[in-house]
Amino acid sequence: MAMAAREIESMIKAALPDARVEIRDLAGDGEHYAATVVSERFRGKSRVQQHRLIYNALKGNMGGQLHALALQTSAPE
Amino acid sequence: MSGIQDWISNEVKTNDVVLFMKGTPAFPQCGFSGQVVQILDYLGVTYKGVNVLEDDDLRQGIKDFSSWSTIPQLYVKGEFVGGCDIVREMFQAQELQQVFADKGIQTGQAAE
Repeated sequence: MAMAAREIESMIKAALPDARVEIRDLAGDGEHYAATVVSERFRGKSRVQQHRLIYNALKGNMGGQLHALALQTSAPE
Repeated sequence: MSGIQDWISNEVKTNDVVLFMKGTPAFPQCGFSGQVVQILDYLGVTYKGVNVLEDDDLRQGIKDFSSWSTIPQLYVKGEFVGGCDIVREMFQAQELQQVFADKGIQTGQAAE
């Protein structure tokens, strides 16, 4: 069970079209990634709300196909 | 609410600081859970560790409870604070220390 980096990126962008997304593969096993996501949609939202947007974008893959996704989210400067 | 949701809700209400994690504070069984344990221990906070690996209903139930799909999950005074990334970010930005202070949670600087 694994996911490709571009699959994660496209799912995030489908939910957050304006997002700048950077994905780093942490373990090379398709299950441990880190993602930096910058989107206007995050402005004024708490970290929990921001990360929830990402988890919802991944439609249930989080915790199943994807074991770990370390998130760094922010609104554009 | 189902039994497990009642149980979780009670745990979160009756303990000031609760960490739903993989493993126990003494023996974390996941790097992310271990990181939050280190932060809480460094701050010298008294907390309850709940090992979600002991019960599959609990492991899924906590994700439904907070609609947050990963473990660990930290709760302070009944409020969901976040998972490993958020707790670490807040710790680095001194925000976690502020949350504990605001909610009257005793922290003893463990590492003098």
